[in-house]
Amino acid sequence: MIEVRDLHKRFGAVEAVRGVSFRVERGEIVGFLGPNGAGKTTTMRVLTGVFPPTSGEVRIAGRDVMRDSLACRRAIGYFPEFAPHYPELSVVGYLRFVARLKRIERARQGAAVDAVVETCGLAAVARRRVGTLSKGFRQRLGLAQALCGDPPVLILDEPTVGLDPGQVVEIRALIHALRGDRTVLFSSHVLSEVEAVCARVIVIARGRVVGEGTPADLGSRLGRRQRVVVRLDAAPVEVAAALAEVAGVLEVTAVAGAWHLDAPADEDVTGRVADLAQRRGWRLRELREEVLALEEIFLELVRDDRPPS
Amino acid sequence: MTTLAIVRKELQLYFTSPLVYVLGAVFLALSGYLFYTNLHWFVLYGGMNLERGLWEIQFHDMRRLLLFLVPMLTMRLLAEERRLGTLELLWTYPLRDGSIVFGKYLACLAVLALVIAGTLAYPMLLARLHPVNLPAVLTGYVGLLLLASAFVACGLFVSSLTDSQLVAGAATYGVLLFFWLLNWNEAAVSDGALPWLRVLSLFDHFEVFAQGGIDTRDVAYFGLFTLCFLCVTLLGFESRRWRGVR
Repeated sequence: MIEVRDLHKRFGAVEAVRGVSFRVERGEIVGFLGPNGAGKTTTMRVLTGVFPPTSGEVRIAGRDVMRDSLACRRAIGYFPEFAPHYPELSVVGYLRFVARLKRIERARQGAAVDAVVETCGLAAVARRRVGTLSKGFRQRLGLAQALCGDPPVLILDEPTVGLDPGQVVEIRALIHALRGDRTVLFSSHVLSEVEAVCARVIVIARGRVVGEGTPADLGSRLGRRQRVVVRLDAAPVEVAAALAEVAGVLEVTAVAGAWHLDAPADEDVTGRVADLAQRRGWRLRELREEVLALEEIFLELVRDDRPPS
Repeated sequence: MTTLAIVRKELQLYFTSPLVYVLGAVFLALSGYLFYTNLHWFVLYGGMNLERGLWEIQFHDMRRLLLFLVPMLTMRLLAEERRLGTLELLWTYPLRDGSIVFGKYLACLAVLALVIAGTLAYPMLLARLHPVNLPAVLTGYVGLLLLASAFVACGLFVSSLTDSQLVAGAATYGVLLFFWLLNWNEAAVSDGALPWLRVLSLFDHFEVFAQGGIDTRDVAYFGLFTLCFLCVTLLGFESRRWRGVR
């Protein structure tokens, strides 16, 4: 549904996006991940027709965003960062305006507005002025305008930013509920969120795609999926030397009284550490395996800026 | 279709804020006061040609009031959308930039037409006491609407250049006053330049309308003035989109 090929976007001397390519298939929910300033928002603005690409090709539902701009925009629901809105309009008044702009037939406009009010839980505030709404409701209204008219492609730019944890969970559940026919591209710099909602992740840094795949894929691509956390009662110098000797261990780091051992996923590091402690007579306080969280994979990708393999 | 949606939204925004009511009331109060004093003056001293002289002076007064009214109505149009970030959102909906620009222009002109229509009470009141040359007066109103259209197009353009309403308003006053003052001091202008300045001056083109006549050159002038400003507004949109500036 979304095809981006070698997208470049330059603002004067600054090149914000430098050769981004990716595909999102119909019905996929894909996380678009990257630190602030990586080019996420710029890429999304090109996808939604806010501005044209400097070079490269972007297709939405098979149509070129440059040549067929109006048709592409009809296929897209966009939630811009910070959910801009008209404070003086009422919630329903605003959504009707959106329905008219999206060229929904007059007879179906009322039903379309009612449907998104229902889906986004806005019924209680339907008559209120948008300016008087809380941040959470405004964010939902932003989602509602994107969903209005049931577009097949949704592009959501940081829909949970600035919300309290309860609201974040609500919005996340809402996005999760959109699963089905819709194609969703969803940007965030909160990694746990992307992990919770998306099956596939595209990581972008400094205007380039630096990683792509399921969270697990990304982990194995980094080649060190396993982290073993150990706490022992023994002299640190001795322990550090001994742990570094354990077969398979690539790196030993001391973190707040514990030792973190990084190793390839297929090595039985836990077993060997247990044996070692027994042999030396060290008292074992803690020994556990951690799956490398997306957070760390992400930091690794962004730091190394490796090209996608 | 989408142009109408923009018009509706703009009208909704105009009429939910007190600004339009205040400006309308001020305009009607002042133009009513001017009508009273003009009529009084003609009854006392004029007498010769009550018909033409009275309406000519009245239209010139209303034209000045219009100059003060319009920038306050146009300054919001695009500057606010830019500040709120809603312009970016509008750009992602399936509508042409032309619909946004033209819809806003139409909405503002409709509000002005409504306010100006309030002054139709004067000829109607006067008609009960003294015969009124209705076609001549209505011609004056056509001129007033054409002038308003030119003002609105100019204000809309200035509003598209900034995200501060205040800056947009102040600059619109500047541009409109410039077109008014252009040929005030005719003695200081070289002979070659004067005819050109007269052609460009926004207010001279209203003279014939105020006297109850229509000169197609004036109609063309106001039409072109409006069209030019609407087109440069659109060009500005295009340019900003290409440069990626909101």
